[in-house]
Amino acid sequence: MKNLISMRDLSKKEILYFMEIAEKIEKGELNLNMDKKLAALLFFEPSTRTHFSFATAMKKIGGQTITMRGTSSSSVKKGETFADTLQTIAQYAEIIIMRSPIEGAARYASEVVDIPVVNAGDGANQHPTQALLDLYSIIKTQGTLENLTIGVAGDLRFGRTVHSLVQALSEFTPRFKFISPSFLKMPTYILDDLLEKNIKFEELAEIDEKIDELDILYVTRIQKERFADPEDYEKVKGSYILEKSMLSNVKENFKVMHPLPRVDEISTDVDDTEFAYYFPQAKNGVYMRQAIISILLGGVK
Amino acid sequence: MKQLKVDAIKKGTVIDHIPAGKGMQVADLINISGENIVMIGISLHSKKVGKKDIIKIENRELSQEEINSIALIAPSATITIIKDFDVIRKAKAEIPESIEGLILCPNPKCITNSEIIKTKFKVTDEKPLQVRCHYCEKKYLVEEVKIKI
Repeated sequence: MKNLISMRDLSKKEILYFMEIAEKIEKGELNLNMDKKLAALLFFEPSTRTHFSFATAMKKIGGQTITMRGTSSSSVKKGETFADTLQTIAQYAEIIIMRSPIEGAARYASEVVDIPVVNAGDGANQHPTQALLDLYSIIKTQGTLENLTIGVAGDLRFGRTVHSLVQALSEFTPRFKFISPSFLKMPTYILDDLLEKNIKFEELAEIDEKIDELDILYVTRIQKERFADPEDYEKVKGSYILEKSMLSNVKENFKVMHPLPRVDEISTDVDDTEFAYYFPQAKNGVYMRQAIISILLGGVK
Repeated sequence: MKQLKVDAIKKGTVIDHIPAGKGMQVADLINISGENIVMIGISLHSKKVGKKDIIKIENRELSQEEINSIALIAPSATITIIKDFDVIRKAKAEIPESIEGLILCPNPKCITNSEIIKTKFKVTDEKPLQVRCHYCEKKYLVEEVKIKI
């Protein structure tokens, strides 16, 4: 594997390989040495957390990073083509990690340069490293990815993260419960894919409706700006806030996940329960990104 | 009843059974430059399909790639290659597995709309005909995409 652009490109076997390597890294069973390697982090869209997570991962395996932010600091504004910018950066670095608001930007980059490219998010399209770290968090807490009941709550219409996750989990016969306001429902093209693969799902309106059946509840933020009328937001927002009182009858293995940053969709009193898993999830992101970078750089034998 | 005839051609390609109204679009698609003699019949009577359009191009043999691209607009079209007034080959427009450089991605945020890149689409479903952009991964009905002409 040379690049990581889209979950669509990965087979089940490859997904599990990423899990295996991340686990070995976490357990300290792999001695990775990337001390001559430089990662170029191209962030054409602000994302402090993802940038931080990648930079941490690269440093933890002994590598170094350079960062290019926005388009103003680059020659892109001077009229240089994107391809030229990429080719130039490829002369300096061993791997490109790229976040862009333009959909397909990472795919295109991977076709332009000879060094590996990692998609760190391209518009509303893909965010495969997030999907892989989510899967890693699920396998760590559940011991398996197979046959789980997964609730996904929040903005299911625009949420790139949940789309990638649902797509990735589809290989593992899950049962989904989708919880969202009616106009932020999971897009039909994703539901069609699920129907085609005979994957069971139901759409719910309240976050705690069937919470006792879930192995995982994946919560995402509902952005106020999505609502045309702020009053509508105030009306529905309570239905999508997870509170400690809702957790009295959940399964023992139940975990709450969230890609972060959280606003108020998970009440802070959930944080001290054994079910809260969003901060360890962020840590898992570093292990997974260490795995991804090492695999693509040929550092895992 | 007297019928208007479109002249037979000595050598070239005949694209027949184009759904009525799609003829001009097909003509644009195969890029008729004015070099060759071309006859375009619009809304002709057809026993098979009621009304049809037809295109005859002299001295030009369409490539299989060009023939396949016609399938995107007029899947029912039949293509005949003529030499010395004889049919030397009948080709069927087949929906290709992938389509390069022929259609524009309707997604304004797709990189193909901000950089000069040859578009690439994969055909995902045939009925109804749907394609997925290689770059932004969005899926579209073929009616939703713009054919690059």
